Amino acid sequence: MTREAYHKALKNLESEVLQMGNMVAHAVRKSVEALQKRDINVSNEIVKNDLLINKKRFDIEEKCISLIATQQPMAGDLRELTSILSIVTDLERMGDHAEGIAKINILLGDEPLVKPLIDIPRMADIGLSMLDTCLKAFIKRDIEMARRICNDDDQVDALHDQIYRELLVLMMENPKIIHMATYLTWVSHNLERIADRVTNIAERIVFMVTGKMEEINVSKY
Amino acid sequence: MKKKSITVPDPIVNIIDLALYYGKTKALKEINLDISKKKITSFIGPSGCGKSTLIRCLNRMNDLIDSVAIEGCIKIDGQDIYAPAVDVTELRKKVGMVFQKPNPFPKTIYENVVYGPRVQGINKKSILDELCENALKKAALWDEVKDRLRVNALDLSGGQQQRICIARAIATEPEIILLDEPCSALDPIATAKIEDMLVELKKDYTVIIVTHNMQQAARISDYTGFFMLGELIEFNVTTDIFTNPQEKETEDYITGRFG
Repeated sequence: MTREAYHKALKNLESEVLQMGNMVAHAVRKSVEALQKRDINVSNEIVKNDLLINKKRFDIEEKCISLIATQQPMAGDLRELTSILSIVTDLERMGDHAEGIAKINILLGDEPLVKPLIDIPRMADIGLSMLDTCLKAFIKRDIEMARRICNDDDQVDALHDQIYRELLVLMMENPKIIHMATYLTWVSHNLERIADRVTNIAERIVFMVTGKMEEINVSKY
Repeated sequence: MKKKSITVPDPIVNIIDLALYYGKTKALKEINLDISKKKITSFIGPSGCGKSTLIRCLNRMNDLIDSVAIEGCIKIDGQDIYAPAVDVTELRKKVGMVFQKPNPFPKTIYENVVYGPRVQGINKKSILDELCENALKKAALWDEVKDRLRVNALDLSGGQQQRICIARAIATEPEIILLDEPCSALDPIATAKIEDMLVELKKDYTVIIVTHNMQQAARISDYTGFFMLGELIEFNVTTDIFTNPQEKETEDYITGRFG
């Protein structure tokens, strides 16, 4: 591979990370929408498509390893490749969380929800907006943008607390709904983890640009 | 130095505002740099950047070129090596050098290694034998050649010849060993042997190596200096240079974007 081809391959990898990010964002959005609409077909689709996200992660990893082995990347290039390895791991886990939400919808079947979904879609919206900003920060190498993402994670944590408290009260009032309510706390937990994974990616972007490992978000969970 | 630099512990060499001219061409521009004792320091940079010129200043090899003029100062063990009173032969005994292409003398292995001590007036066979064995052991060559010390050094492989040259440099018991691309004519196995040996050698010597092989600099050196167009652009701990260089020129060079 010529040096020019190598630099092109690096650029292509960035596009593939973006593609994977968009696949994950789609899965998260659809998993919560399906739960709202109680659409099991869409949830089944998400479970099936998670395999594509996993495959994308392996493809990107293989390309990174091949470039490291054959091109001996240094400095910024080395940081970018090692960061991508870490970023795709986080994205893949986020896909698993979306799959987790889809599976909960499948488990719930046609049972009515114990409460209307208000804060859960809100958590999903914030998480998705964080992911969108994060992918932009990755492409633009914008560390300030990456750092700001972590502030939004506090809102997601607060919503998770709120949902948990609310469901706890409902469960105390009516123990018959415990298993249904527990499923919803798991949905909230999945969304909380998704937002946390975005902050991991933001930290990697800061490392990729500055070479410094710093924890910019200390999650409550 | 122009930009990013660090202070090294226990410096043995101090290069202060060093400038060098080949005729009217300024090949080194106000270099300021300290070399740490018993460490490996590597110099990297594109061809013509001045890195070889700089190491040749450290044992005054450039004195042999008529058009060379030097400004500034180089101190080794605190002494200005360009001071009029300095005995250049003594300096070169203290600062040994190994070149890009192995250049053993057309003599036996033994005579190659003891050449320096003989020139210094040592003639007693038992002392020379011991010096030869020690030097060859340090150059990681003893086991391969101990039974054929009377063989012509030119009959050895390239990698062995280069280690003969390193043994020859060690035999005069220098403090500093300069190596100018010592592995560029060798295969990867011979290169690996030399690299292992250099890492061993730093227990006793200060090693300064010019290399075009950046992986080599990354693998074996403690400190790395990056040069471009006669300037020292950046000098830092090797891992920092290769993972997080501070200067754009360094980044561009080591990631292959120019040079």
